[in-house]
Amino acid sequence: MMAAALVLVLLGSWEAYVRLGGIDEIVLPAPSAIATALHDDRALLWSNFTVTAGEIAFGMLVALVLGLACAVAMHFSDALRRALYPLLVSSQTIPIVLVAPLLVAWWGFDLTPKLAIVALVCFFPIVVPTLDALDRVDPDLRKLMRTFGASRWQTFRIVEAPAALPGVLTGAKLSVAIAAIAATLAELAGSDSGLGNLMLKAIPNFETARAFAAVLVLSAFSMALFGLLALAERRLLPWAHQTRGTAQ
Amino acid sequence: MLTRTRAPAQAPSQVQTGLGSVCLRDVGKTFAARRRGAAPVTALDGLSLDAGPGEIVAVVGPSGCGKTTLLELVCGLTEPDAGSLQAAPATLMAQRDLLLPWRSAVDNAALALRVAGIERAAARTRAAALLRDFGLEGFERARPYEMSGGMRQRVAFARTLLSGRTVLCLDEPFASLDALTRQDMQDWLAGTLATQPRTVVLVTHDVEEAIVLADRVLVLAPRPGRVVATLDVDVERPRRRTDARLVALRERALRELRA
Repeated sequence: MMAAALVLVLLGSWEAYVRLGGIDEIVLPAPSAIATALHDDRALLWSNFTVTAGEIAFGMLVALVLGLACAVAMHFSDALRRALYPLLVSSQTIPIVLVAPLLVAWWGFDLTPKLAIVALVCFFPIVVPTLDALDRVDPDLRKLMRTFGASRWQTFRIVEAPAALPGVLTGAKLSVAIAAIAATLAELAGSDSGLGNLMLKAIPNFETARAFAAVLVLSAFSMALFGLLALAERRLLPWAHQTRGTAQ
Repeated sequence: MLTRTRAPAQAPSQVQTGLGSVCLRDVGKTFAARRRGAAPVTALDGLSLDAGPGEIVAVVGPSGCGKTTLLELVCGLTEPDAGSLQAAPATLMAQRDLLLPWRSAVDNAALALRVAGIERAAARTRAAALLRDFGLEGFERARPYEMSGGMRQRVAFARTLLSGRTVLCLDEPFASLDALTRQDMQDWLAGTLATQPRTVVLVTHDVEEAIVLADRVLVLAPRPGRVVATLDVDVERPRRRTDARLVALRERALRELRA
């Protein structure tokens, strides 16, 4: 209720500011103009949306697969952990804005450079909480498994992997929030379709409302993905929210 | 001198084929200093302990007397630096129940059976039967967070029994429970061990718990951990806490602890 009211107030003042302030709609379109663009350009928005949504979804999938593999490898091997951690951190310092055009020059205008950029950005926030959750498994649980004669692999499969799931989901939620920006950046660097590409073309054509509509579609998609992950968390891991007191 | 003999690990599928024993002779264990320059810590020094088949031996002592190290030695989680140790395959039950929060009561109890490669259905059947014996009928599918502390501890004990290890190491199993539940659980454990005998090494802060449950009580002194007194509890079971002999033994143990 509060959230809806807040949004309404914000939209109302935005509309009033544009209309009463005589703001040029090329600079800042009113919410009503954006709504009109959303309706009029729906076919265009949809076809570009599917491109960007694919980049985000598959890029996150790549990040998830590589990130989990990396976290597990680092969990099992201290040598790998020492070798990979500095690389991981430095991967986050790469200015994507600079690298994106290079990747496009290297791989062309198709999906590959976009997947690489989304995956590069999402990789780190998946690895760190996952590895953290694996490290925080109760050492007494590992001892218990040893007294049962469990192998290292059994301990991982039965105890460590499920215990790390909340960490994986936290990482995925963090990634969703930044994946959209990464995909847009990748498209700005070189593309012929996608919502980022649409924004890039709309602004020099003075179709600012269309660009805003594209932003709206993109953030709605991100929020839906985030909501989906939060729902999965509640459904799959009811224990994660109610264990305080069980394991002290 | 250091010798270590360990009976071959017995598959949990062959539960209750005889009872194991534990024999420690002059066992020592020293840990390297955590910080550079600090002295190494001697956790145990010249400690001897015997638990014959089906015997319940309690170890009481203040914090820092190496009780947890002792149990880890018996369970084979760490090796002694000195002395000799013979132990049948042992498993550990800790103060915290260590139940997996995403598994139901029955699947937690069946954990060791699953580790041993027993099929899920068969493991569940056996675990469910034991949970029923433990008064947990109807809670087989409950998750740990849906159960009380006493119930969780009973599930943990079922898991320990089903591991098929003939020696049970109990590390302050009831310390995290409230006083009333703790007494109930002690009586319950005494009853369970009467029907399903096991060789038990019980480590506790609680002198009364030791006297009520054990055949023999070792009193440890700290830094380094060593035995300062051995009390035989020659009182028939079931025992009453108010039994004069038990009360006298408790007083003696407390005196030894304070000495």
